[in-house]
Amino acid sequence: MEATLILENGKTFKGNAFGYLKESVGEVVFNTGMTGYQEVLTDPSYYGQIVTMTYPLVGNYGINLEDMESESSKVKGFIVREKSDKPNNFRCEMKLNGYLRQNKVIGLEGIDTRALTKILRNHGTMKGIITLRELSESQIKHKFDAFHNKNAVDNVTTKEVYEIEGNNKHIAILDFGIKKNIIRSFKKRNCKMTIFPADSKPEDILDKKPDAIFLSNGPGDPEDLPEVVENLKQLVDKKPILGICLGHQLLALCFGGNIKKLKYGHRGWNHPVKDLDTNKIYITSQNHGYYVDKLPEEMVKTHISLNDNTIEGMKHKKLPIYSVQFHPEACPGPKDMDYIFDQFVKMAR
Amino acid sequence: MPKDNSIKKVLVIGSGPIVIGQAAEFDYSGTQACQALKEEGIEVVLINSNPATIMTDREIADKVYIEPLTVEFIEKVIKIEKPDSLLAGMGGQTGLNIAVELENKGILNKYDIKVIGTSIESIQKGEDRESFRKLMEKINQPVIESKIVSELNEGISFAEEIGYPVVVRPAYTLGGTGGGIADDKQELVSILAQGLHLSRVGQVLIEKSIKGWKEIEYEVMRDEYGNCITVCNMENIDPVGIHTGDSIVVAPSQTLSDKEYQMLRSASIDIINTIEIIGGCNVQLALNPESFEYAIIEINPRVSRSSALASKATGYPIAKVATKLALGYGLDEIKNRVTKKTFACFEPTLDYVVIKIPKWPFDKFNDANRALGTKMMATGEVMAIGSNFESAFLKGIRSLELGKNTLFDIDVSSKSLKELKERVKSPDDERIFDLAEMLRKDYRVEKVSEITGIDEFFINKINWIVKEEEKLKETTLEKLDKDWLYKLKKRGFSDLGIAKLLDVDENEIYNLRKEFNILPKYKMVDTCAGEFEALTPYYYSTYEKYDEVEVSDKKKVIVIGSGPIRIGQGIEFDYCSVHSIEALKKLDIETIIVNNNPETVSTDFDISDKLYFEPLTEEDVLSIIEKEKPQGVILQFGGQTAIKLAKYLKERNITILGTSCENIDRAEDREKFEELLEKLNIIRPKGKAVLNINDGISEARKLGYPVLVRPSYVLGGQGMEITYNEDELIRYLNKAFKYDANNTVLLDKYLIGKEIEIDAICDGEDILIPGIMEHLERAGIHSGDSITIYPSIDISEKIKNKIVNYTKKIAKELNVLGMINIQFIQYENQLYVIEVNPRSSRTVPYISKVSTVPVIELATRVMLGEKIESLGYGKGIYKDSELVSVKVPVFSTEKLSEVEVSLGPEMRSTGEVLGIDETFERALYKGLVASGKKIKKESGKILVTLNSHDKQDFSETAMKLKKLGYEFIATEGTSKYLDDIGIESTSIKKISEGVPNVLDIIRSGVIDFVINTPTKGNDSKRDGFRIRRAAIEASVDIFTSLDTINALVNILDKKIVDSDLNVYDLAKE
Repeated sequence: MEATLILENGKTFKGNAFGYLKESVGEVVFNTGMTGYQEVLTDPSYYGQIVTMTYPLVGNYGINLEDMESESSKVKGFIVREKSDKPNNFRCEMKLNGYLRQNKVIGLEGIDTRALTKILRNHGTMKGIITLRELSESQIKHKFDAFHNKNAVDNVTTKEVYEIEGNNKHIAILDFGIKKNIIRSFKKRNCKMTIFPADSKPEDILDKKPDAIFLSNGPGDPEDLPEVVENLKQLVDKKPILGICLGHQLLALCFGGNIKKLKYGHRGWNHPVKDLDTNKIYITSQNHGYYVDKLPEEMVKTHISLNDNTIEGMKHKKLPIYSVQFHPEACPGPKDMDYIFDQFVKMAR
Repeated sequence: MPKDNSIKKVLVIGSGPIVIGQAAEFDYSGTQACQALKEEGIEVVLINSNPATIMTDREIADKVYIEPLTVEFIEKVIKIEKPDSLLAGMGGQTGLNIAVELENKGILNKYDIKVIGTSIESIQKGEDRESFRKLMEKINQPVIESKIVSELNEGISFAEEIGYPVVVRPAYTLGGTGGGIADDKQELVSILAQGLHLSRVGQVLIEKSIKGWKEIEYEVMRDEYGNCITVCNMENIDPVGIHTGDSIVVAPSQTLSDKEYQMLRSASIDIINTIEIIGGCNVQLALNPESFEYAIIEINPRVSRSSALASKATGYPIAKVATKLALGYGLDEIKNRVTKKTFACFEPTLDYVVIKIPKWPFDKFNDANRALGTKMMATGEVMAIGSNFESAFLKGIRSLELGKNTLFDIDVSSKSLKELKERVKSPDDERIFDLAEMLRKDYRVEKVSEITGIDEFFINKINWIVKEEEKLKETTLEKLDKDWLYKLKKRGFSDLGIAKLLDVDENEIYNLRKEFNILPKYKMVDTCAGEFEALTPYYYSTYEKYDEVEVSDKKKVIVIGSGPIRIGQGIEFDYCSVHSIEALKKLDIETIIVNNNPETVSTDFDISDKLYFEPLTEEDVLSIIEKEKPQGVILQFGGQTAIKLAKYLKERNITILGTSCENIDRAEDREKFEELLEKLNIIRPKGKAVLNINDGISEARKLGYPVLVRPSYVLGGQGMEITYNEDELIRYLNKAFKYDANNTVLLDKYLIGKEIEIDAICDGEDILIPGIMEHLERAGIHSGDSITIYPSIDISEKIKNKIVNYTKKIAKELNVLGMINIQFIQYENQLYVIEVNPRSSRTVPYISKVSTVPVIELATRVMLGEKIESLGYGKGIYKDSELVSVKVPVFSTEKLSEVEVSLGPEMRSTGEVLGIDETFERALYKGLVASGKKIKKESGKILVTLNSHDKQDFSETAMKLKKLGYEFIATEGTSKYLDDIGIESTSIKKISEGVPNVLDIIRSGVIDFVINTPTKGNDSKRDGFRIRRAAIEASVDIFTSLDTINALVNILDKKIVDSDLNVYDLAKE
């Protein structure tokens, strides 16, 4: 079925719809990973976004039920040059098309994704509509105006507190839309975990007597979460803390840092990051549209992006608190920085 | 960390002659390495025996030594140049082995040379099978379990230990002769017993079978501070068991999930960290398609064929970066030349699909055993880039120049399913067409995958192509609507392919496309999938919506490259293309190159202003021309691949720079060529075309034997033979007419004379001949396979004048603008012309280097209107160089089982080396040493078997050999002959006479070399053929031309020793 991607700047791309055939609005972003589309689809940090993959063949190895980063797909739309209708892999259980249909995500296939990527690169991330019909200008304007992603975290955080048993340290996790592989990473280290909704009260968290607190990744603008930042302020001097991605940005806000939006984000798994302590370079998996522009005074830079020199990690000058912008849990992407979890678990007390 | 400033002068070792398994990719990486060093202000001393390379140009290195790649000669260079460092990993396995040898012999230590880049210790850790295995065990990386056994019980107990099936590989047999896969004990016993018997050393490797696993490669980089990245991963479409050099390879991997991709990536990085690579490394892994089980196959701690492919596939210049890493830089300190913003420390991401398809020499070697296995047989490869798998695949197929524009093959289609099924079980070079035909015959996709071990994902892709082809076959042009045609073009179908399937003219599809406005768009290869702005002028075609090429209005010229390396059209043509580009740049002309060979320098995006990585077919080239609208197109430097586009482009009013299309045709078309010579009153050997056996016999009687015979439809020595008598002629004609009754066979009087060759530059008026080259072997041996001497040593002034005169006449008559190559025979003081090539030839790089005439630059300038008079190199014959250069061909026949070894009118060599010295004998000695001949100075044992017409000629040589102290072993006839002339010899049984026979003695290792002159060509059942094969397979030197052996004897007579010889820096003005 023919469908059109309409961008905020008026540019359109005609292709074919697949998956769940229903119009959708979102923020259009691109991801440069050559594998890992399933992880991208289910990463809650993509909530509210229409993701286009720069690699042209998507769905080659199908979908399996093991490599999910959350229970369902979180994207608002999925754009590929070519979806695979005949995937093959020993773990292939579903096709991309069927998976998107089941998860009520519209797919768009057959557009010049490189041209789209270059538009996003040059003009910056923008809103887009994947539609199956002709829309008038006022309809388009209305749809764009109506779209926002302010409640993103609300939609992906856990509704209830839950626990995962383990006989190592006890980690309290603030779930802003956590990727399953972060949980798996702690599990692998035998940690006990208590997972809290994003808006949990500090005292409720401390009541559980965790050894450390973990601030997860998640979607959207951290400035949309002022209550969370306030809550954090009451936790920071209590326990060792590690933040990843959104968690990192929230920590920055909590200590008085400044957040800005990247022109077109870092999304992919080939991002070089330098560890300023060791001068070692790691290839990391990244997915973020915002970044810490101004470091809080109490923090020092620990990691930078070698592509654009933006801050990719920081630590507190005195307290056992540190955070990274990239995803050490990978999935998709290289696991070169997996050791960060070891460090954190060691630090917990 | 910044660069190590103690490095001031670096020795770079090249990879030597082009052989199967080690080809142009090392010219590409070597050239990049030298450039990277020079950029850093480091003095570069280069040694390489291969004169056809760009890396041996005086512009590339500060000191250029074209000398044998042996420890002795390298030490001489070291002694003179006193380099402080050695860069080992740029010259392939050859370079690496020599570096290790230099270390082991204490030479590096003696001259205080440090190895930069990956250390010798690390190289050995990666190369030595046993220590590598132990290391892998230590870091928990799985390897394929294997053991070398020398007796049956040992093998059986090991097999029980690792579990069946097991692979049995006898040591030192070619192409896995005597090996196999055993599913149980019974099978093992029979295979192992045979394998132990066949192995020369009585050893057999038993290995756990991982048949059907996927073969995946990672190209990894590491700096000395331990930072690692992977540049690219590649998936072999062919399963484990087929050498990666013989596999179709796709980048990036298509069927691996992120989990599998990252698992193998992590393994690769763990390995290079453990081995402490500094630079690039290739890691080959096998992956069980049914689980996460994997095993490390091997690593190559250096740049490689795969790294060249990965560089071209991603735009990441591995060799250049590896060189900088060797100087001490960190990955984060080297700028990414593509984005000019990011650094070398990132992993390229692709937004297209890349496919590599090998090019095999089986069109030249009809009788070869084509079965693909663990030994590489391909001479070259093509790469294709597309925005989907199908388009990259079909672009690749048509780039092979097999005359295939679709997957349909009429011969294959006549085979039954049963037959096809058997064929794909033991796949050969045509397996893709076989399996496509199975799919065409509705054989199940899943089953094809199961039988071939090729992932269903790929089979489905091929199936889609096949099914569309079938639809096209059953429809008409009128029904081909815009949507369908667009879909087909998007998926890589060529106009010609579609036209053939529809049975219409190609132009109809072209016109239809224009009508529908379906035109290719060009996208950039930028290492980052569009994430960053890039400046790489490196493009491929798609049928997407948006085009990224900015067409300038500058004066510009397109140079057409020469495609994949094959026998007869090798790296020499890439040398020419690159030099033409350089010359055009100097003239301030925008340069554009089109080529499809990932191994070459010409496809380095730094070389030209724009690189189009595209097939070299009429349609693909025309599309680029239509887009770029250049002032002209240069075809002369791209070998036959480019020249054959002349007519098509001419018909479309495209300006072809240089010699006109009509005149090219006058030289290439045999009849027109004869008319030309007749008109110019130049003689050629008498000849006649015949259409049946009787005419052939009577013509041959008129001409007198020996007669050179060849079918009229092929050029370049294919199917050519010399027949010495009527029996031989009849046999040839029978075969030829049986193959194609309508094709005429050409009979020429075979003149056993001296062969002479020239390359000339011509501006339509004047000519410049950089030098006259004389062949050592008499006529009848393909010029590419002859030992060639420059300056000539035995050509009279009279003949020289005649050569100039004839060349001038021909060049003028053909109004040659640019290059011409002419081959002559001097016979009984007459000069005959045997061949005219209106293009650059194989000898141009070599003659350019030794004559110091920048041949291609001058030719290019002439093509653009300059006159020879004003070029500053004079007219006529350029002055002879003071040094003598001898070009010696190098063969790869040991890599190709059942292929004829003897020299003849068909070209068989894959590469060449040059020996340079002050006298002919010394230069020849160096050439022979560089070509790998083991020259034994005094005494030794020779096996001689001669055909009857060579015996007389041999007597003088035999006497000399005897005097030198050689002993003779001979079969009965030759032995008797030797006896007659008073030379004692040991008689040995013929093959049919029982054991031990002539083959056994060759294999026993007591023979120093074999002299065998062939009776008839290409008959694998004859003794001579088997003797020659046995010698090649046992690595015993073999000489099949008496001229070569005579020359060798003269050298032996002169008692030349390595220590007396000097080495010469060619970069010295």
